[in-house]
Amino acid sequence: MSPIRALIVDDSSVMRKIVERSLRQAGLDLSSVIEAGNGVEALGLLDSNSVDLILCDINMPVMDGLELVRHLQTIEKLRGVPVVMITTEGSESNVIQALSLGAKGYIRKPFTPDQVKEHVLPVLGA
Amino acid sequence: MTPSSERSPSIAAFDCTQWTQLLEFSACEVFDIMLGTRLHAYVPSPVPDDDEFTALVGLAGSLCGVLSIRCANQSARIMASLMLGMPPEEVDNDSWDALGEVANMIAGNFKGKLSGIGNHCMLSVPTIIVGSDYKTRSLGPGKTLETVFDFDHKPLWVTLELHD
Repeated sequence: MSPIRALIVDDSSVMRKIVERSLRQAGLDLSSVIEAGNGVEALGLLDSNSVDLILCDINMPVMDGLELVRHLQTIEKLRGVPVVMITTEGSESNVIQALSLGAKGYIRKPFTPDQVKEHVLPVLGA
Repeated sequence: MTPSSERSPSIAAFDCTQWTQLLEFSACEVFDIMLGTRLHAYVPSPVPDDDEFTALVGLAGSLCGVLSIRCANQSARIMASLMLGMPPEEVDNDSWDALGEVANMIAGNFKGKLSGIGNHCMLSVPTIIVGSDYKTRSLGPGKTLETVFDFDHKPLWVTLELHD
């Protein structure tokens, strides 16, 4: 698999670091990782950065993860970028909503590196 | 008038013993998976004065209330170091962030274990209080579940206040 450019969106900087570490433990070759604390920051970064994968929390201030996924679907160059939600909001209704909005995967916190691997690799076609 | 059991399905389903066990299990699971450490029941012992941190996460919807975790400053620092895989002395403001995220995960994990209730309950982003000289007051009647763990030889309180 070619090196992956990832965007991690979570209002917790600790969780962003954990997610990055989990991606590396899952065997992903990350060529770059950029981070955003909410959906608005993420959209700003995506204006000037191309990514292959977005990992996104749901509960965030300013713009939450579901709203971000909704926005991404309206931007042609971003519509095909796979989004995997990583969140404590793991209820069935949240999962259904996220997937119906365009998310490709869903990981519930707390999570193990194996779960990250299990949910992320398939959306990258690996 | 609607009977209270119909008005509030969450309270109708409330079982103090069972929910306290679920709360304990939810906390233990988060510490096991995300920090790689096991929580044990706290045995009261003299604890040196230390600054405290409290993380609060609000619940709204089918469950209304607040989940809080409270611990010594040093305990929060160790939590962050375990989550990040770095020495405690290198942890800075990450200890606040880590404590908030732990509270968030315990709340999410707990509500996920309440069949049929947690689906309609949302969590707030965490709030952190620094210090121990504060009081909280609920604006309505409710119930409180509390459990105390030993974390790094210091008490770690996990409390869930539910409103009717």
